[in-house]
Amino acid sequence: MLLIECPHCGPRDENEFHYGGQAGIAYPTGEVTDAEWAAYVFLRDNPKGWFRERWFHVHGCRTWFAAERHTVTHEIRTLP
Amino acid sequence: MRFTFDGRELHGEPGDTLAAALLRNGVRVVGHSVDLGRPRGVFSAGSEEPNALVRVGADPMLAATTVELYDGLEAWSLRGKGRVSLDDVDERRCDKGYLHCDVLVVGGGPAGLAAASAAGRAGARVILVDEQPRLGGDLLNSRLLLDGAPALDWVDALDLPGRVLTRTTAVGYYDHNYVVAVERRERGDRLWHLRARRVVLATGAHERSLAFPGNDRPGVMLASAARTYANRYGVRPGSRAVVLACADSGYEAARDLRASGVEVAAIVDPRPEGLEPGTLAGHVVTGTTADTEGVLTGVFVRDLAGRDDRLIEADLLAVAGGWNPAVHLFSQSQGRVTFDGHLQAFVPDVPAQAQRSAGACRGLYGTREAIADGHAAGAEAAALALGTTVAADGFRVPGCDEPALRPPAALWHVESTSPEPAFADLHRDVTVADLARATGAGMRSVEHVKRYTTAGTGADQGKTSGAVVVGVMSALLGAVPGQVGTTTFRPPYTPVPFATLAGRDRGALSDPVRTTAMHDSHVARGAVFEDVGQWKRPRYFPLDGESMEAAVLRECRAARTSVAAMDASTLGKIDIRGADAGEFLDRVYTNMFSTLAVGACRYGLLCRADGMVFDDGTTTRLADDRYLMTTTTGNAAAVLDWLEEWRQTEWPGLDVSFTSVTDHWATVVVAGPRARQVVAAVAPDAVDLAFMRYAPADVLGVPGRVFRISFSGELAYEVNVPWAYGRALWEAVLELGGVPYGTETMHVLRAEKGFAIVGQETDGTVTPHDLGMSWIVSPRKPDFVGKRSYSRPDTARTDRKRLVGLLPDDPAFLVEEGAQLVNAGGPMLGHVTSSYASDVLGRTFALALAREVAPGDRLTAVSGGAAHGVTVVDPVFYDKENARRDGDPLEGAPPPYAGEVRAESPAAAFAARFERAGGQAVTLREVPFEPMWEVRGDDPGVGLRLGPSWWLVTGDATPRPGWVDVSGQRTVLELSGPSAEDVLITGCPLDLHPSVFPGHAQTLLGRTSVVLERREPGRYRVYVRSSFARYLAEWLLDAIDAL
Repeated sequence: MLLIECPHCGPRDENEFHYGGQAGIAYPTGEVTDAEWAAYVFLRDNPKGWFRERWFHVHGCRTWFAAERHTVTHEIRTLP
Repeated sequence: MRFTFDGRELHGEPGDTLAAALLRNGVRVVGHSVDLGRPRGVFSAGSEEPNALVRVGADPMLAATTVELYDGLEAWSLRGKGRVSLDDVDERRCDKGYLHCDVLVVGGGPAGLAAASAAGRAGARVILVDEQPRLGGDLLNSRLLLDGAPALDWVDALDLPGRVLTRTTAVGYYDHNYVVAVERRERGDRLWHLRARRVVLATGAHERSLAFPGNDRPGVMLASAARTYANRYGVRPGSRAVVLACADSGYEAARDLRASGVEVAAIVDPRPEGLEPGTLAGHVVTGTTADTEGVLTGVFVRDLAGRDDRLIEADLLAVAGGWNPAVHLFSQSQGRVTFDGHLQAFVPDVPAQAQRSAGACRGLYGTREAIADGHAAGAEAAALALGTTVAADGFRVPGCDEPALRPPAALWHVESTSPEPAFADLHRDVTVADLARATGAGMRSVEHVKRYTTAGTGADQGKTSGAVVVGVMSALLGAVPGQVGTTTFRPPYTPVPFATLAGRDRGALSDPVRTTAMHDSHVARGAVFEDVGQWKRPRYFPLDGESMEAAVLRECRAARTSVAAMDASTLGKIDIRGADAGEFLDRVYTNMFSTLAVGACRYGLLCRADGMVFDDGTTTRLADDRYLMTTTTGNAAAVLDWLEEWRQTEWPGLDVSFTSVTDHWATVVVAGPRARQVVAAVAPDAVDLAFMRYAPADVLGVPGRVFRISFSGELAYEVNVPWAYGRALWEAVLELGGVPYGTETMHVLRAEKGFAIVGQETDGTVTPHDLGMSWIVSPRKPDFVGKRSYSRPDTARTDRKRLVGLLPDDPAFLVEEGAQLVNAGGPMLGHVTSSYASDVLGRTFALALAREVAPGDRLTAVSGGAAHGVTVVDPVFYDKENARRDGDPLEGAPPPYAGEVRAESPAAAFAARFERAGGQAVTLREVPFEPMWEVRGDDPGVGLRLGPSWWLVTGDATPRPGWVDVSGQRTVLELSGPSAEDVLITGCPLDLHPSVFPGHAQTLLGRTSVVLERREPGRYRVYVRSSFARYLAEWLLDAIDAL
C-alpha cells in the first residue's frame, strides 16, 4: 500500500486514489496524422526508474495531480 | 489445564504452549511427515516449527509450538498438511485496525525493548509488536542474569511508551513503511495495518539445524528449543541428551539442560576445540537410531578423520547448528541481504525503506550488544521521525556475564554411508539426495531448486531449512553460500487465515450494498433483486409465485397498454454548472448541448478518446449556466471522474463544476399510455410537459423535478423528489395504478425499440456508428472527445460489426445471449448481445453485433452445443414511427393524491438498533435532517472545506446563488463516546491523532467514502452517501458489537 502525498490532503493510502497513467500527454490540437493520434491514444512510456504519472484523489478532495514514482523502488515525490 | 490430543486426555500447565504440554506428557510423536509419512516430533519452540503441526478446532493446521494451551483444547495430529473442514463453523470474529506511529518496533526482545524505550523517551509515538504472550524475547527462554537479577526483572522495570501489542506477529512489510501484523485474540484475530515514519526491526534470529542421516527423528530438536522447554516451561525434553554444538549456544543449552535434570551424555563440537572439558571436539553426528515408533534412541558420533566411531544412547539430540538472523521482514521491505562469512549467515545489508535492523536480526547475538544496538536504533529512529537530534537519555545497558561467541562451524551436511535420509527441509521432506538430483539436473539457481524440490515452500516457509538448503547447494556446486544467495522472502512471515484477512468484511458486509429510498417497499412487495454495480435493483416483481418469464410479460404489457412504474433512482445524476457548462458538454458529448434550450432534454453519448462508447444518458438544461446530466447506474462514478479529469487536466480554463446529486433525488419512472392519469395526481403542474422537456414541479407538495423522457417508447415521465420523499412517491404512484416493473422489463421494452444498453450492446470496442447512431455524432462541432478516432482506418472501415436485430426461426426459442453468429460454415460474424421474449411482438427476438450482414440474411446462432437459425432484421422491432410516445390523452381531471406523504430519513429504520447498541463506551445516532449545500468557487466562509474551491455547508445557512442543494445526498451519523476512535480505526485508514487530524477529512470508512468530522474530542460525524447509509449503519453496529 503506497503512501501518496496529495497536494491538498497530505499523505493518504493508495486505495484512496485512482491511477491516471503517464502525466504530460497533451491532447493534440489541430491536424494530426493517424500515427500521431494513435500515439496519443495508445502509446505510453514504461521506464525503469523515475516516472511522471497522474493520480486522482477519488475518495478525498477529488483533485488530479502529478507525481513522480520510481518504478523499481516505488519512492514517490510530488511535483509542484 | 486439561486438553486432548488425538482424543487422549492430558494435562498441561498455564503458560504452556501445546508443544510444551505434549512434551510434558511425554508425547514424542506429534505427527507424520507430508510425503514420506515419517514420525515427527517437536523440533522448535516458535513459529519456525516445521514438524509439530496440528489441527485445533476450525484451524486446520497450526504449529503446536505457537498454540497457547487453554482448558478444554482439542488437538489432532496431522500428516504434514491440514484440511479445511467445511462442517466446522468458525465462531470467532476477526477484525482489523489502522494505527500510525513515529516509530514502529517489531520484536520485544532485548533489542526491541531498548529501541521502544529509547524512542519513547525521545518523545516519539511508538508502537511495539511482539509475537509472544509476554515481552522479553529470548530472555524468556534463558537463565541469564541482568545486573545480577533475573532478566525479566529488567524487562518489567522498563517504562514502555505508546501501544504495546503482544501476541502480535508482523507478517508483511510493504511499501512506504506499511507493516501488517496479526494479533491473536481469543475472540478472533485482529489484522493491524501499521504505518510508521521509521521502523526498527528487532526480529531476532532462528537457530538452524544441519543435514545428517536420521536428523528428523522425534527427539532431534534445536538446542535453543530444548533449552526453552527446560528453562521457560520447566519441561525436560528428554532424559539423556547429546548436544551437537556447531555454535557456542549449544554449550549454554547443555548447561541449562543439566540444570533442569537432563543428563548430557556428550557435547559434540565439529570445531577443533570444545568449551568444556570432555567435549567431543572435532566430532560430528553421522546418524541416529530409533525405537519401533521411530523415536530417537541413540546418536552415531564420529570424529572428522573418521577414526572414532561410536553410538551414544540418547533420547534427545539438541542441535545447535548456528543462527540465522530473521531477515524476513527486512528482505520483504526490499532490503538487500549479504552473506557474513564470520557468522556463516545472511545479514541485512542495504535497507530500502526508512528502517533499521537492531540486535540479533543483524547478527549481534550478545544480550548486552543487542540492548545497546536497540537503544541506539530507537533513539535514532525517533530523532529522524521527529526531525530532532539524538540526545542522551540516561539509559544504561545492564551488566551481564556473557562469554564472547566464537564463529560457528561452517557445516551444513554430514556425509555418511547411512541409508537413512538426511533432511534439508523437514516440513517438505526434502533430502540432501533431492537437492543433489536438482543440481545434477543442471539447476544452479536457488529459486529453481526451491520450485523443483519444494524446499522452503511449507507452512514454515523454510525458516529452519533455508540456510541448510543454501549450504548444501553451495557444497554441491562448489560455491560459497553468498554466491548461491537466498530465495525471495515473501509475506506472510507466518501463515494467516483467510478469515483473518477478511475480518468483519464478511457476509452482508463483504461489499457495500447500495439501496434506494424505496428499498423497503420493494422488499415488502417481494421484488427479486439484481446487483447493478453495488446497487440492489428490483429485477421483477412476481405476483403469487409467478415465474420471471410470466412476471416480465405482465409488467411489459402494463407498460405498453396501461401504466407501469420503475424505481430509477440509481441512475447517476450530475449537476453541471458554470458559464462554460455548455461548451464543456459540447467537448465531451458527440452531439451538441450548448444550443439546447432551457427546459429541454437531449440524449447524448460519451465516448473515450479512442472513439468507443463509454456511457450514455439524457442531459437537461436547467438554466443558462446549469445542466443536469444522467448516467447509467453502473457508470455514474466513472463518468463523474471522467468529467473531472478533462476539466482539471485539459481544460482548466473552463468555468464549470460538477456535483453529484444521485443520492439527493429519488426517481420514479411512470411509463405507459395512461401515465398522464398518474402524473396528474402526483405532479399536476407537469402533466402537460412536451416530449424531452423538463419542469421543476410540485410533487406531492414537495419541490421536485419532472422530465418527459422515455426509454420504452411509451409516454413516460421521470418524476424526482428529494430522497426522504422517495418512498412516499413510489407508494403513491403504485396506489394510483402504476404496475411496478423492474430492470428486466426495462431491458425488454428498450430492446423492442432497438435502444442499446451501454455494457450490454457495448464492450469498449463499439463506436456510435457501430450502434447505428451516426445521427448523434455531430459533423458541425470542431472537436469532441473521440472525434479524431472516427477517421482512423480501423474505426472508419466499413466491415465493422453493427447493431442488428435477429428473429429466431422458432418464435418461442430464446437464443442465448453471447451466442456466436455464423453463416453456414463460414467464419464467426458476431454475437448476440440481448435476447428476450416479447409480449407485444408475441415472440422472441434478439439484438446482436455482426459484420457484413443485411436485413433478410439467414444466420445460425451457436451456443454450447446448440445451433438455431435466425433472420437478420432492423434492430427497431416495435413502433418504428415513434407513434406511441405521447400516450393517451388525460381522461377527466384526476384528483390530487390524497394519501399520506411522509418523509423518511435514510437511516430511520436503524433508530431502535442504534439506541440498543449504545453504551458507556460509545453511542451512535442519526443526526436529524439539516439542509446541506455543496459550494464551488469562492470560500463561503462557513462549512467544511472538501477540496480546492469546494465546500459542504450544513444547517442554518441562507443559500446563495450557485449553491447546489444536496440535502438528501448524504446522511449524517454521529458516533460519540470514549471508544468512538476504537470503532473508527477498524475501518478508517487516517491517522486520527489530534496532532495530525485536521478536524475533518474526506476518506474511506469500512468500504465506502465518507466525510469524517470531529466535532469535539470523542464525538465524530460521519457524512455518508444516502444509498450507502444502510451499509455503513450495519458496519458501525457490527464494529460496536465487536469492541
